[in-house]
Amino acid sequence: MNNYINNPKIRSLLAQIILFLLLVFLVYSALVNVSENLASQNKNFGFGFLSEAAGFKLNFSLISHDETVTYGGIFVIGVLNTILVAILGIFIASILGFVIGIARLSKNLLVSKIALYYVEVMRNIPLLLHIFFWYFAVFSFFPPIKKSINFFDMIYINNRGVDVPKLVLDDGAGYVLLTLILSLVGAFFLGRWAKTRQNLTGKRFPSFIVGTCIIIFLPLVVYFLAGSPMSLVRPELKGFNFVGGVRIVRSLFAIVAALSIYTAAYIAEIVRSGILAVNYGQTEAAYSLGFSRIELLRLIIIPQALRVVVPPLTNQYLNLTKNSSLSTAIAYQDLVAAFAGTVLNQTGRAIEIIFMTMLVYLFLSLLTSFLMNIYNKKMALVER
Amino acid sequence: MADTDYHFVRDSLIAEKSPPASTVGFVGWVRSNFFSSAIDIVLSLIFLYFGIRLVLLLFEWGVTSAVFIGSSREDCLDTSGACWAYIFAKFKLLIYGFYPVELRWRVDITGAVGLVMIIALALIYSYGTKFLKQHFTSLFIIFVFVVYPIFAFILLHGGSFGFVKVETEYWGGLLVTLVIAYIGIFASMPIGVVLALGRRSEKVLVRLVSIIFIEFWRGVPLITVLFMASNMLQYFLPKDVEFDKLLRVLIGVMLFSAAYIAEVVRGGLQAIPKGQYEASQSLGMNFFKMMVFIIMPQALKLVIPGIVNSFIALFKDTTLVLIVGLYDFLGMIQSTFSDPKWSVPQQSITAYAFAAIVYWMFCYSMSRYSMYLEEKLDTTGR
Repeated sequence: MNNYINNPKIRSLLAQIILFLLLVFLVYSALVNVSENLASQNKNFGFGFLSEAAGFKLNFSLISHDETVTYGGIFVIGVLNTILVAILGIFIASILGFVIGIARLSKNLLVSKIALYYVEVMRNIPLLLHIFFWYFAVFSFFPPIKKSINFFDMIYINNRGVDVPKLVLDDGAGYVLLTLILSLVGAFFLGRWAKTRQNLTGKRFPSFIVGTCIIIFLPLVVYFLAGSPMSLVRPELKGFNFVGGVRIVRSLFAIVAALSIYTAAYIAEIVRSGILAVNYGQTEAAYSLGFSRIELLRLIIIPQALRVVVPPLTNQYLNLTKNSSLSTAIAYQDLVAAFAGTVLNQTGRAIEIIFMTMLVYLFLSLLTSFLMNIYNKKMALVER
Repeated sequence: MADTDYHFVRDSLIAEKSPPASTVGFVGWVRSNFFSSAIDIVLSLIFLYFGIRLVLLLFEWGVTSAVFIGSSREDCLDTSGACWAYIFAKFKLLIYGFYPVELRWRVDITGAVGLVMIIALALIYSYGTKFLKQHFTSLFIIFVFVVYPIFAFILLHGGSFGFVKVETEYWGGLLVTLVIAYIGIFASMPIGVVLALGRRSEKVLVRLVSIIFIEFWRGVPLITVLFMASNMLQYFLPKDVEFDKLLRVLIGVMLFSAAYIAEVVRGGLQAIPKGQYEASQSLGMNFFKMMVFIIMPQALKLVIPGIVNSFIALFKDTTLVLIVGLYDFLGMIQSTFSDPKWSVPQQSITAYAFAAIVYWMFCYSMSRYSMYLEEKLDTTGR
């Protein structure tokens, strides 16, 4: 008997069985509690409510909708609004972070110190405070709608947000967009062909210039051939509000500004460490082989720095996406505010709604880490 | 004749010439750091101009045209600078929240004891002799994880030992921020260590459960966790169990931060060579002894900077609890805006500047400390 107890295999099996039973008990008692609690409140579990009409309308969305929208529709609009913030934030934060990261490495002491102060100040202040600062403090100094700050009669800034012209697509605009997509694809394949040819024969092809020309001029030609099917409609002040343009609501502006300024500080540190991680010998070797400064960056430094930079960078992108949920504090209608906030309050279906909301973020982050694993496998140093 | 030495080879060195004046000293420093090329000169001038403008602007706003003394909005009405008088008037509220005025000494004592504890811990860890470290580490662990939380609970919450009970709905301000941060980090540490061990376990089920748990909490934003804690948790508990809001939020924050701590600790465990495990096993230690006496002391030492970093992140994230209706420091600041007695144009910007300074001081000092530890604990260079 003593032999069995001291046998590691049997002990391990025993421990796992105990853990399994414990888990089953936990899940079972939680489910019993849920069903009892729901029954006592005359509720049931189910996703049928998603097809019921919501009876309210979100003040900002990418899809036009009215009060007859279903709860499921609100969910979709919320997800789209979250994605919009995430994309805008990632775009601006990347540019800002890259510039500041480079500035941190500048030989000019003033430039590198200012970049350092930026990083140290911005990342040590809570994100929510950044958001409140932009939403409540900055916008409170902007003029009311009638006295909007005017940029070339195109862009108006006021305390409700920023009004910009709207792009209106007429008949035939589809052709222009199609040409644009086709020329992007064409330029991509041209670049690949040029690279393969250079690898095989050593002959170069000015693929960058030709590709840029294709992307710019081909859609332009189609644009004029189709009779200029796109136009900008300027916002115009009529009565108490602007008509015609698109309003970037104050909350969207605040959340994007706060997210990008905050995340840029982290991205700057990642970029800096990535560039520092490339051995200086690489630079010297490239110079001694006659590389120009731009070739050095493009062909030697950046590819090696990317190996270090990309994994933490995607992590920051993911963080930014998750942090965009803070917009609920300033009533920007993202997934959390619209769905886990308003819809939850109206329907009281806490379990289903929070479950769905979490699943969206979980899906995004698992997808990202899956892609990251593939990238890491592909980019890992191949050692002899 | 023979003793005359005719040679044309120098037998002493010429005195070294000093380098050109433009490359040494202050001038050289300025030239190489600010004016080394044309672009550099332009950049320096632009940044110098805007830097000075910014500093002057901040100085004027925060000091010269700011209002320091005042009793109501009239004093701040026509200033273009900060209205610090408003912060002074609300200061107590921002620290204690709605904690009863006559009982605030209890908060003070708790805070003072905590401060002494942390300073002593930091001092002994950085400057203490080996003897002190060896004999006080376990004592401090017991104090930090068990004695102090119980002490703080008895004092802050009351209801026993003759202390008047103060419900958590009256707690607020910096008090709530610090309570959530403290529980969030120290209560989640044991869970995090267990999860980290679980993730590296050879038992399939244990590993699977740990991975799912960790990845779930790391994959969702804290705000959904807080929503879950405040809206969904009660469905999973028996009907007669009733938690107050702060406790529910604390549970959410604890589980959330445990997942992050687990990943940090796992990093430390991975850095411990296999030989350490094998050596302790060959000395006849069981799993528990091996972990407590051999592996964990080494692994945790490695990850202290990482733990401090996740504590900084958690400290910043405590602001989120205002979204589910708790009044932490930032939440208290938001709530003072509704006071018409102080409604002036500069109100919000002054309040946010003050909040930014407070949070920045906490986070920056912690990040400096973590950098210092990283340097101090770095034994690889030996």
